[in-house]
Amino acid sequence: MLTVEGLRSRYGRIEVLHGIDLTVASGEIVSVVGANGAGKTTLLRCLSGVQPVSTGTITFRGDLITTVPAHRRAARGLAQVPEARQIFTNLTVEENLRLGAYLFADERVDKDMAEAFAMFPILKEKRNLAAGGLSGGQQQMLAIARALMTRPSCLLLDEPSMGLAPILVAQIFEVVKGMKALDVTVLLVEQNAFGALSISDRGYVMETGRITFSGAAAELVADPRIREAYLGI
Amino acid sequence: MADLLQFLVSGITVGAVYALLALGFTIIFNASDVVNFAQGEFVMLGGMITVFALAAGLPLGLAALIAIVLTAGIGVLLNKLAIEPARGAPVVSLIIITIGASIFIQGVAQIVFDKQIHRYPGISGDAPLRFAGATILPQSLWVIFGATAVFVALWLFFTRTLTGRAVLATANNRLAAALVGINTRYIMTLSFGLSAAIGALAGLLITPITLTSYDVGIPLALKGFAAAMLGGLGNPFGALVGGLLLGVLEALTAGYISSQYKDAVAFIVIIGVLFVMPQGLFGRKSTERV
Ligand SMILES: Nc1ncnc2c1ncn2[C@@H]1O[C@H](COP(=O)(O)OP(=O)(O)O)[C@@H](O)[C@H]1O
Ligand SMILES: [Mg+2]
Repeated sequence: MLTVEGLRSRYGRIEVLHGIDLTVASGEIVSVVGANGAGKTTLLRCLSGVQPVSTGTITFRGDLITTVPAHRRAARGLAQVPEARQIFTNLTVEENLRLGAYLFADERVDKDMAEAFAMFPILKEKRNLAAGGLSGGQQQMLAIARALMTRPSCLLLDEPSMGLAPILVAQIFEVVKGMKALDVTVLLVEQNAFGALSISDRGYVMETGRITFSGAAAELVADPRIREAYLGI
Repeated sequence: MADLLQFLVSGITVGAVYALLALGFTIIFNASDVVNFAQGEFVMLGGMITVFALAAGLPLGLAALIAIVLTAGIGVLLNKLAIEPARGAPVVSLIIITIGASIFIQGVAQIVFDKQIHRYPGISGDAPLRFAGATILPQSLWVIFGATAVFVALWLFFTRTLTGRAVLATANNRLAAALVGINTRYIMTLSFGLSAAIGALAGLLITPITLTSYDVGIPLALKGFAAAMLGGLGNPFGALVGGLLLGVLEALTAGYISSQYKDAVAFIVIIGVLFVMPQGLFGRKSTERV
């Protein structure tokens, strides 16, 4: 589904990704875990095309997309739920969802919106309110629902649990886990390593712009070095 | 009383033009964070192109259409040639680029057209209408009608069409807009074209009343900017209110104090807004802009 090879990226003169290799197979949930500042967000920004890549390649469903602009990647089925949600605060909940389906004007838009409301009933209740007035958890749900409206085959999620109360964190991870049933492949980036790995098939550990460990999620959770460094156990 | 009515009539007429200028500032600012001081040149071009198209023997309707389309094209070129290549530059640099573009357009207009002052007859002639002791030019009614039509059409565009909502979405959060598949560069181009077309319409409507020449753009841009600041830069409704308010303030100043001070009103408004309420009357709270 998604293959990244030798990916490097920089902010000005400072390189923050020093050659990332990673793959996500169709139907998988894969996590990239790592401390604040490791470069997880930069990686996802490169994948969705809003951050320039210095060298390396990104292949999505067999096509090289390294230089494809962001809006065209969305059209190809690669969706991102960005860090800090980035909903359209001035627009209503319903308008946010409709814009998620910006590329479409068929009957499926209404059907998808009904499904999004079924998945997140609270959004239906607040459909006509400005999205900026939603709570953090509701905004996260809206960001995920909006990304699903783009009809993705692969969803990139950037710290969906950040800043949420524990009960909501569990709820969001359940939603991510549910992507398998929707046939949506997931690449999840998280500081909450335990939460992320516990719903994932495989995982990568990222430290200061490099992948330092990778493997089956269960193996990573069991690895003493990782337990000590990231799981606080 | 008749005096006051007379001042209000002329204030609202000019104010409608300021409102359209402010609207142009607002549309471009929302799409790109650029404060486009070349906005006044669009008004100049609207008037001047119509003048020369009429002189070439074209009927007014066709002349006006050509003026709007050509000016919109120049707006698009301004974005493609001057703004897009400087993407990511500090806001101040972008503002200076638009001032440079404004001077450039003025220079070219001086060569392509001429240095004379021009006018053409109003759409419904130039015989003033009288009511309640005041006189009003039929063209004033056309200006007010044109501005109303633009604001209504734009409101429908933003609230009823997906493309309009994509413009609002881009203004609200450019990153998120790109992630849902909106081509934000196209939205920027569209915004420059739209603002230029609106400016041209304002110019061709007001020319029978205020006359035009190659150098009317910069003072108009300052008035439009003052109106946009007063209403709250970035808010179309604020542009409307700010424009009308500035026009009426100017007319009252000219009528009751002295026409010499008329042009100072815009500067006093700019300074006053900056000191007292930087958000303007209807500006968005700065926290809403991420
Ligand atoms: N806009 C930026 N400009 C300069 N440096 C940045 C910017 N964003 C992030 N960085 C730097 O890049 C590194 C990786 O950041 P980021 O990708 O946000 O990490 P993470 O998401 O894992 O916390 C950090 O050292 C951070 O300081
Ligand atoms: Mg991050």
